Amino acid sequence: MEPITIEGTPKTPTVKFDANEGLVEIKGRSIPENSIEFYKPLIEWLEEYSKAPKELTKVNIQLEYFNTSSSKCILDVFKKLEAIHKTQKNEVIINWYYEEDDEDMLEAGEDYESIIRVPFKMIEIVD
Amino acid sequence: MSFNVDKYFDNLQNNDGLVLSYKGTITSGVINDILEKVEQKLEISEESTKVRKKIYNVLVEGLQNLYHHIEEQHDEILRKYNDKFGIFAIQRNEDGYTITLGNFVDKEQKDFLTEKIDQINLMSVEELKDLYKYILDHQKMSAKGGGGLGLVDIARKTNNKLEYEFFSFVDNWYFYKLNIFVSL
Repeated sequence: MEPITIEGTPKTPTVKFDANEGLVEIKGRSIPENSIEFYKPLIEWLEEYSKAPKELTKVNIQLEYFNTSSSKCILDVFKKLEAIHKTQKNEVIINWYYEEDDEDMLEAGEDYESIIRVPFKMIEIVD
Repeated sequence: MSFNVDKYFDNLQNNDGLVLSYKGTITSGVINDILEKVEQKLEISEESTKVRKKIYNVLVEGLQNLYHHIEEQHDEILRKYNDKFGIFAIQRNEDGYTITLGNFVDKEQKDFLTEKIDQINLMSVEELKDLYKYILDHQKMSAKGGGGLGLVDIARKTNNKLEYEFFSFVDNWYFYKLNIFVSL
């Protein structure tokens, strides 16, 4: 499977999806007006990846800002990962990074953790 | 008598604590420009990272809400103002920031917003959190945006009541003003 590598912009995140490494990484800002457009290829990639996932899929989410339009798309990403995790053989771990004192971002991670049945690890970034 | 938007905007601009304001067509480019300018201004301010992030977050939601919901408008409005017309202002007060957003809405949107905001304003932070999670998980997102999450998110993040007003403009059209408060 071809990896996805997208450079970040002021409104869209840096993305690195790599099937060989079992790595799913989204970093930066996700505040586009139309997030479906941005996330559609990512969801499709995960759909394909879920057919033959790595034993361990490591997910790193490190967002500085995201809008509510992205929040649904991020949930869709997590739902794809949840489907992989459900198959028993395969493990998924979601590392949710948040900056020191950014309680809103921590809470956002906890919201997802309560909806998605995949282990989350909340990681505070200290300068 | 119809509401005087220009006068209202001028009054906003004359506020001592004004950080930035805008009146005109709301496009994606305009939003980028406003966000960039506010971010720069906040960077040189002495506000904590926490407050700066909250303002930025709420601003993104507020402006994008405006962008997505400026619909077809009455001829009389289009004769006086640009298509997709809206106003924006952010001002620093003694105990926080006030973000003002304004645009024209019809009676149907007015009724919808009144009901929605009144409902949000009655909710506790816990209830808002539950509502947010419910909409996130159950409601389909429209091509336009977050499927009604914007105002809930703003209320939840600011932990302040949303203050709104509708001013009669023409026929069944109103100027809708929303004030969002971000406490320090």
